Amino acid sequence: MALAAPVQPAIDWEVPEQQIGLWQDAWARFRRNRLAVAGAVLVVFLVLVAFLSPLLVHFGIIIDPIKQGVEHIEASPGQFGHPLGTDELGRDTLSRLMYGSRISLSVGILVQGIILPIGLAIGLTAGYFGGRIDNLLMRITDIWYAFPDLLFVLVLVSVFGPSLLSIFGAIALVNWVGLARLVRGQVLAIKEKEYIEAARSSGSPPIKLILKHLLPNALGPIIVTVVFGIPQAIFLEAALSFLGVGIQPPTPTWGQMVFDGYEAIYANPTSVVFPALAIGFTLLAFSFIGDGLRDALDPRMRR
Amino acid sequence: MAVIAGRPNRGALLPARLSALSSSRAGSLTIFIVRRVLWMIPVVFFVILITFFLMHLAPGSPWDRTGGRQLSSVVTHNLDIKYGLNKPEYQQFELYLWNVAHWDFGLSYQYEGKTVTSLIGEGIPYTATLGTLAFLIIVPVGVGMGVLAALRQNTRTDYIIMSFATAAASFPNFVVGALMVVLFSVEMAHWTQHAFFLPAADFGLDDHLIMPVITLSLLPIAYTARLTRASTLDTIRQDYIRTAWAKGLSERLVVLKHILKNSLMPVVTTLGPTFAILITGSLIVETVFNIPGIGRAFVVAVTSRDYPMILGTTVLFSVVIAIANLVVDVMYVFIDPRVRLT
Repeated sequence: MALAAPVQPAIDWEVPEQQIGLWQDAWARFRRNRLAVAGAVLVVFLVLVAFLSPLLVHFGIIIDPIKQGVEHIEASPGQFGHPLGTDELGRDTLSRLMYGSRISLSVGILVQGIILPIGLAIGLTAGYFGGRIDNLLMRITDIWYAFPDLLFVLVLVSVFGPSLLSIFGAIALVNWVGLARLVRGQVLAIKEKEYIEAARSSGSPPIKLILKHLLPNALGPIIVTVVFGIPQAIFLEAALSFLGVGIQPPTPTWGQMVFDGYEAIYANPTSVVFPALAIGFTLLAFSFIGDGLRDALDPRMRR
Repeated sequence: MAVIAGRPNRGALLPARLSALSSSRAGSLTIFIVRRVLWMIPVVFFVILITFFLMHLAPGSPWDRTGGRQLSSVVTHNLDIKYGLNKPEYQQFELYLWNVAHWDFGLSYQYEGKTVTSLIGEGIPYTATLGTLAFLIIVPVGVGMGVLAALRQNTRTDYIIMSFATAAASFPNFVVGALMVVLFSVEMAHWTQHAFFLPAADFGLDDHLIMPVITLSLLPIAYTARLTRASTLDTIRQDYIRTAWAKGLSERLVVLKHILKNSLMPVVTTLGPTFAILITGSLIVETVFNIPGIGRAFVVAVTSRDYPMILGTTVLFSVVIAIANLVVDVMYVFIDPRVRLT
């Protein structure tokens, strides 16, 4: 956020005719944040790569990431027609890198897709109705926080085996608590506001109250948390792969590529560098977007 | 804060501080500490419960071989008897709790004849040294960078520090570690005269520590710096800081006594989570740099499904984190008299 370009409001907020909605305002301010836009561009690029890489392989534009080439092992970038070189089995680094983005992005986005409904449902119920559900949630949180994320995911994956489903499930399982807790906190803060009181006294049923009045007002921080959750999940998956309990070969993942390259580091150091930078910059891009959204969605940052 | 010479140094010694508390507060403080210590028991109990039953729910048995010849049923039956796996689950759990209370975490499946306690004992010196060194770097460097960035807000210093913090928070530690190895141990090996070589077999605690410690501390430093900056920015806008400047106090005095003391409050609360970050960090850093600590032992146990070892290390880690959080909470009460004891 400190890196953000100074915000120059083009709109005079004091003049009522020029007032615009929260989302328009947020979009306008997000667009002015150069780093956030750069992050968004990188993410869009990665999504395109993820979708297009099977097609590119099909039409022979890039090499099949699983195809081994005994005669071309540990090629340096540019050698034998491999733009980024090959790994210890002679597989093309560029296409493995492109395929790796499929796993990383789907972990990041699917996991958030799983935990968002769970976190919302539990957080809203706990925050709004309080009582036993709230108590239970808080106790679970206490115990959950005694387990560090990576530790818990490792234990779960060691138990249920390194399949795609168990990895996604394990990462979702450790992450829903944080979201539920945030939603609960938001609801607790908002539910005492006058407009909620007004809606309630005019006979609005709880469901309508929650969905029409509470949720939209709590949405900003929820979106920011979800966006920051994406790099978190990507990191966990990459770390699992690096430690050797992630998604199993031959499916290429970035974490696994760092590990494989690291094993042969003296033979071909570049095979570590490319996947390492891919992970780093992807995480950086998501956190720039998160920072940008946080600044854009917080109305106190106006002016 | 030795700078403030000639003034009674209140709050430096705990007993003096305790006597300064009103008697009712001292009483409720005792109750607070006792309650927090007692709360650790159910937390650790549930950690053991969850991990234990996860291990036993696991499909297959620990004697399954991945590929190749399976053990005969007679052998697995005897192994079950040896490790007590033939008893009902609840009896195994009771026995395990009883043993843990006596500091016995059972036998490792992977290393024939070794107890989990001895395996953990072998790893502790490495992990503890690494963690302590990292901790000693994290606090001063993180706080220093955060305060500096806040005092020079929106200048080049601020931007450089915050860019560093953002990058350090985004790049995972195994990526940083691997890249450092590529840079210092491989590419610059000739130039550094192989000073940063990777220990292949024998990791000594006397050397080889620079890269692991830096790798381990980068993320917590970034967190601490970001948080310190935010809380310092919050503090310097307070009226009492303006008063301190207005009455002509020296910059040193204002910064050290008025700003730092108050802006450090939120930072103290993160020391607990910092412990958790260090523990998960040790899993990765010890793997990257081939250090025979507990983190490495845990990862090896996970990949080879050595359940008693996984269970033992998980319990140990959660106890350490629970104690760290407890110490931080109690410390906070001493540092900030406004904290309500609940």
